[in-house]
Amino acid sequence: MIDITLRINGEERALCVPASRTLLDALRNNLKLTGSKNACNQGVCGACTMLLDGMPVNACLVLAANVAGREIVTIEGLGEGGTLSPMQQAFIDAGAIQCGFCMSGMIVSATAFLAENPQPSRQEIRAALSGNLCRCSGYVRVIDAVILASERMGA
Amino acid sequence: MSDIESAIGKSPPRLEAAEKAAGKAIYTGDMELPGMLHGVLLTSPYPHARILSYDASAALALAGVKAVVTAEDITGGYIGLVCKDESALARGKVRYIGEPVAAVAALDEATARLAARLIEVEYEELPSATTVEQAMAEGAPVLHEDFADYAKIYQAPEDAGNLLARAEAVMGRGVDGFDEADIIVEGSYEVGAQYHAYMEPVSALASWGPDGRVTVWSSTQSIFRTQANIHEGLGIPMGKIRCIAPRIGGGFGAKAEVSGQLIAVMLARKAGAPVRLVLSRDEDMITMRARHPGTLRVKTGAKADGTLVAREMEVWLDAGAYADDSPAVMNLVLYYARGCYSIPHVRALGHAVYTNKLRLGAFRGFGNPQASFAAESQLDEIAEKLDIDPIELRIKNAIKAGEQWLGGQRITSCALVESLEKVRDASDWARPRPAPPGRKRALGVAAMTHTSAFLSSGAIVRLQGDGTVILNVGAVDIGQGSDTALSQMCAAALGLDIEQVSFATPDTDSAPYNYGTNASRVTYTVGQAVHRAAMQVRTQLLEHGAAMLECKPDELELRPGGRIGVNAEPARNAEVSFADIAGRSLWAVGGPITGSGSFIPNDPPDPQHTKLTGFLGLDALSVLTFGAQVVEIEIDEVTGAIEVLEAWCAHDVGRAINPGAVESQIQGGFVQGQGYALCEEMLWEDGRLVNPSFMDYKFPGTLDTPDKIHAIILETPEVSHPFSVKGVGEPPLVGAAPAINNAVSAATGLRLKQIPLTPERVLRALLAKG
Repeated sequence: MIDITLRINGEERALCVPASRTLLDALRNNLKLTGSKNACNQGVCGACTMLLDGMPVNACLVLAANVAGREIVTIEGLGEGGTLSPMQQAFIDAGAIQCGFCMSGMIVSATAFLAENPQPSRQEIRAALSGNLCRCSGYVRVIDAVILASERMGA
Repeated sequence: MSDIESAIGKSPPRLEAAEKAAGKAIYTGDMELPGMLHGVLLTSPYPHARILSYDASAALALAGVKAVVTAEDITGGYIGLVCKDESALARGKVRYIGEPVAAVAALDEATARLAARLIEVEYEELPSATTVEQAMAEGAPVLHEDFADYAKIYQAPEDAGNLLARAEAVMGRGVDGFDEADIIVEGSYEVGAQYHAYMEPVSALASWGPDGRVTVWSSTQSIFRTQANIHEGLGIPMGKIRCIAPRIGGGFGAKAEVSGQLIAVMLARKAGAPVRLVLSRDEDMITMRARHPGTLRVKTGAKADGTLVAREMEVWLDAGAYADDSPAVMNLVLYYARGCYSIPHVRALGHAVYTNKLRLGAFRGFGNPQASFAAESQLDEIAEKLDIDPIELRIKNAIKAGEQWLGGQRITSCALVESLEKVRDASDWARPRPAPPGRKRALGVAAMTHTSAFLSSGAIVRLQGDGTVILNVGAVDIGQGSDTALSQMCAAALGLDIEQVSFATPDTDSAPYNYGTNASRVTYTVGQAVHRAAMQVRTQLLEHGAAMLECKPDELELRPGGRIGVNAEPARNAEVSFADIAGRSLWAVGGPITGSGSFIPNDPPDPQHTKLTGFLGLDALSVLTFGAQVVEIEIDEVTGAIEVLEAWCAHDVGRAINPGAVESQIQGGFVQGQGYALCEEMLWEDGRLVNPSFMDYKFPGTLDTPDKIHAIILETPEVSHPFSVKGVGEPPLVGAAPAINNAVSAATGLRLKQIPLTPERVLRALLAKG
């Protein structure tokens, strides 16, 4: 077991985990931050995507002990002061959310992408979200949501 | 539309969209109870073996392990919706690799996994039959020696060996009808096993209370089927079982019947603590369900002018190790064998066969995708032979409202011709599609239908003290948006805004019975019950209103936002609010205002019209949602890869309660159908699934799918429904595979008869053609 301190959504959190514990498990099971989901457990589906120093990572492939002290942002940390972020709001307004299980990761990925490319084309959004699988939407409204967020944030 | 019904025909954000966007939605795997243990399965390593003994001593000796359960802990009978052949854990024999044999509850998941590996199960391996051919061969090993003794709700074959079900439907002169044909086309089609790939793996949390009752939260499509399975499979009285559905991360059919719930209940009982069981993705894939693979021989006869006269279909479905929904799925293949056409003479013969594989079960489309892939592909061959445009051929033969479907029920509404015309116009069907060198482009079409009225539903509407209502239906929203659509219908029936309707969490302790979220049935069937319940509330509101306004109930009208006024006096001062009425009922006269509605469609088949043998009920399947899809595809002639460029999908939904949700169903359903057509296939070698992961089982992502999936909503009112609606959950998936296959034919001249159309298969066919 290793004592580590993670910086999550702006807060220092101390925990004691086995060396083999993934970042996803540490957040879900030790810290009870259950917004990030485990759907494939092998870094294929993106449902566990969170930001590590601003970069999206599949938290099921990251060991918690390896990211001690680094800045982690999860779906729970995207909004400020209990409000939803523009990307979260755009996913609601575009009707992109169905079962919702992939959505935490999808929204985090889209957030990271838009920070890099504020006015993307639909094809660029598709490329950026190719690591986030969704079984409900057929993706059309997911892309619509990112466009909507881009328009609102640029306005 | 009147102002009163302003809640419908709009697309407000889903009731639960904000919590999902915030990452705050609670799915079963997110729940935790004090003292909760973690459950892990031990599954069968053999496709077929006798269980000789268990030894759990080493597992139980491990620190942190609290309970081990095996079949010896089962306290009930066998379970299964149509044939009771299954148990929570393998009893006596294992019949597929991945079948749950034992389970462990421990303080943490890692300990439970370690302990599961320490359970020693002694097996005697038996010869296995992992394909339909092997299972039907002379002298094949029999999976269920006691098959004749199982309780069933259909006429099963006698001395069947591994034949689980056989059914036949004959309409008109059956195969004799081919003598009216000028041309006959015949072919054999093969369809692969598709995995549901709901994003949330199967999960259940069971907790026994001090009152001797067990509460089960699980990822399910039906709290009542979950309750019934626990009752039958573990012998626990229904009144002692409370089932609740938190948020559900997709289902698509696989979570309609039992999954891990019984095992969680057994572990919790034995350990004396709550137990949560969450399958890993690979466990889910080897243990749960998939769409039936099978072979369909199809023969169609037509006159020279394109009039279809006869259809024969013979179907062999691989049912896997347990019956589950297989007999019903096979029946529905036959139900759709005739397609959406007025073919007078039909014979459809189906078989479902036990094999040593996981259960093949319900999956969006429920037999229809298999039937439609084969039949709609063959229709294009007829069009080509007769030199008739494929859409023209479909329009010429299209079935119409008032005609009888296979089984004999009369179709209540149908916009098939309009659907075909819409997709023809929208896609600019006749325009040639040039492609760059080395590639070919073309369009393909398919028509489809699917039922949406099935089995029973109830609804309870209660007026609350502030004049709002709470709607309780026990129907589970698995992502399709039914919580919102049902709330919109309830609001419309009472002239309320959707914000004035609260939606109750599905809970067997309080909800009226609802069969489940399947068969595209919720909007239609539960909607009927919601309307009836709301009408009872409306009647009581008007009675109170009449007393309060000193007039007769029929002089009153509902006004938007929860008010009642006098017809003749539109002025606001002659009004009472629902809150005023609620106050009167709760504190003075009449008591609490509640309404309840029940509904079950009942329109039995007509034996004079269709001779049915070996079928389950086909009652009231005649509320059919028709549609047509056109796809544009491009084939890479070097790699054989197919890209779907654009799709036009028209569906006659009766009336769109929530157009945004309807479009989402159409787009999502089409893409799931595209996966079925092009890339998704579970593959087994000697009974072992070789691709149990999202890495190796590929389903479409953002780069594999068209950006333009045009959802075209046609609103031809369904006369049997108070809100004119029909279901749309399944039909969008059904058309994709035949439309894509027909586009491949149009582009290349190939007539491919096997899906998925993987690049390898397409390339081999292109090379063979030369």
